[in-house]
Amino acid sequence: MSSALFNLILQATLDTLYMVAISGVISTLLGLPLGVMLYATRPRQILAQPVLNRTLGIITNVGRSIPFIILMVAIIPFTRMLVGTSIGINAASVPLTIAAIPFVARLIEGALNEVSPGLIESAQSMGATPWQIICKVLIPEARGGIITGLTITLVTLVSYSAMAGAVGGGGLGDLGIRYGYNRFNPTIMLITVVILVVMVQAFQSFGDYLVRKSDRK
Amino acid sequence: MIELSNVSKTYGSGESAVHALKDINLHVPKGTIHGVIGLSGAGKSTLIRCVNLLERPTQGSVTVDGQEMMRLNRSALNQARHRIGMIFQHFNLLTTRNVFDNVALPLELMGEKRSAIQSRVLPLLEMVGLADKAKQYPAQLSGGQKQRVAIARALASKPNVLLCDEATSALDPQTTGSILELLRDINRQLGITILLITHEMEVVKSICHRVSLISNGQLVEDAEVGDFFTAPATMLGREFLNDFLQLTPPKELIERLGDTSSENTHPVVRLTFSGDAVSTPLISRLARECNVDVSILQAKVESIQDRTLGLMIAELLGSEAQTQEAMAYLQSHQLHVEVLGHVQRTV
Repeated sequence: MSSALFNLILQATLDTLYMVAISGVISTLLGLPLGVMLYATRPRQILAQPVLNRTLGIITNVGRSIPFIILMVAIIPFTRMLVGTSIGINAASVPLTIAAIPFVARLIEGALNEVSPGLIESAQSMGATPWQIICKVLIPEARGGIITGLTITLVTLVSYSAMAGAVGGGGLGDLGIRYGYNRFNPTIMLITVVILVVMVQAFQSFGDYLVRKSDRK
Repeated sequence: MIELSNVSKTYGSGESAVHALKDINLHVPKGTIHGVIGLSGAGKSTLIRCVNLLERPTQGSVTVDGQEMMRLNRSALNQARHRIGMIFQHFNLLTTRNVFDNVALPLELMGEKRSAIQSRVLPLLEMVGLADKAKQYPAQLSGGQKQRVAIARALASKPNVLLCDEATSALDPQTTGSILELLRDINRQLGITILLITHEMEVVKSICHRVSLISNGQLVEDAEVGDFFTAPATMLGREFLNDFLQLTPPKELIERLGDTSSENTHPVVRLTFSGDAVSTPLISRLARECNVDVSILQAKVESIQDRTLGLMIAELLGSEAQTQEAMAYLQSHQLHVEVLGHVQRTV
């Protein structure tokens, strides 16, 4: 393999990791509180706000139902406003993040759902505030499910980031399409696919390891 | 210490309304152990949750340690809850915290300093006999040990009141005994008032001072435990007692029992006697003074706290007039006589 090609692949790999990292971190920071809100504002929950809950639910569902490729194109004006351009890895990170927020939120909500209601009740009987229940009971008790959800999110972001390549996003997907597909270079196509497979495996294994470590049941 | 006045709880409204509690009045004096017994669905859980307002009564007032709970705002209510410990049927320990940190939780919630937590948690673990398990996780403990941790946790904030929600229902009889003993020690040594709900007479018998019977959301009976076990005032109370003592007539006798008495039948009676009646030779006197023979089908003697309780199912053999006289005689000696039915004379 020529060093030019090697550099190309290395750069594309780093670009993919960059996009996944940026969108993964920001979507977790925003999706976690949204997921907690989706859970806690349900009727008869610790912060019961049925109207707010329904509103958040609808917004989340809308976000989740828009196909990623359409979302990416549709929010170009917003992306430009935010990062000043609509191409490149920074630009691609915007729709990735937007798409991942409701995804993360629903997974977090699902993880919190698994926490026994008895634990919340006993915390309430100890005089815990809703905020204390969230921080000291719900999130720690759901951490296995939360890590599983974030692992799923990272894996999904890897494949979404490859899609971002279709609109000049950069990264491995971009490399695969331009060199592998458009220039009929099966070797490059194969290399990008192998790197993506390895990346997903690594994320999944690391996530599984963290879940095992946190499991006390 | 705990005072419920005219407490009602209704879920829903209109025709679909469910009246979980109806006009409950309950007074638990300081330092006593009060049991509320009832079948499942009777409203026990709702009742105990109304004390610390996990359930908010629709009507009435709840006073704990002189504080009118319903009038408190959110933060004052949380403060008040620090003085009311609660343990649950399924323990509700945090699985991701070890024993020490579980007991530390209420103290963390109160904003206690680490050093204060340290010096409070260890003696509590000592008291419940789990000092060596501080670093273990709930999954590594047995049911009884988990409930001990939950008890230590409930006591961490130095409550005046302990609420026990079916605390022994998930435990085997032996473990139940040791948990009840621990609760009694806590009541005696720390003077903590305990309100417990249960469906097990054994729990009431072994630690309660006073007991209330709940049925369909209403308290139908309220008595000293000794009185309740010797002379329950309601049918339901009697059923609980008979179930507990397992004194029901044999099946083939029930099949032969008829409702009507005539010259050709004998009454079958259930006799409950307590106090002096236990040690008086009433049966032989009955034979002598009323000329009635007594055929004992089943008998049992139980000691409930400081009292002795005797139970007997017997057939009274004699003429109708004689058996009537015999029953009057027994009643005049403070026996509870319940006629179960009449059987045909076999001879």
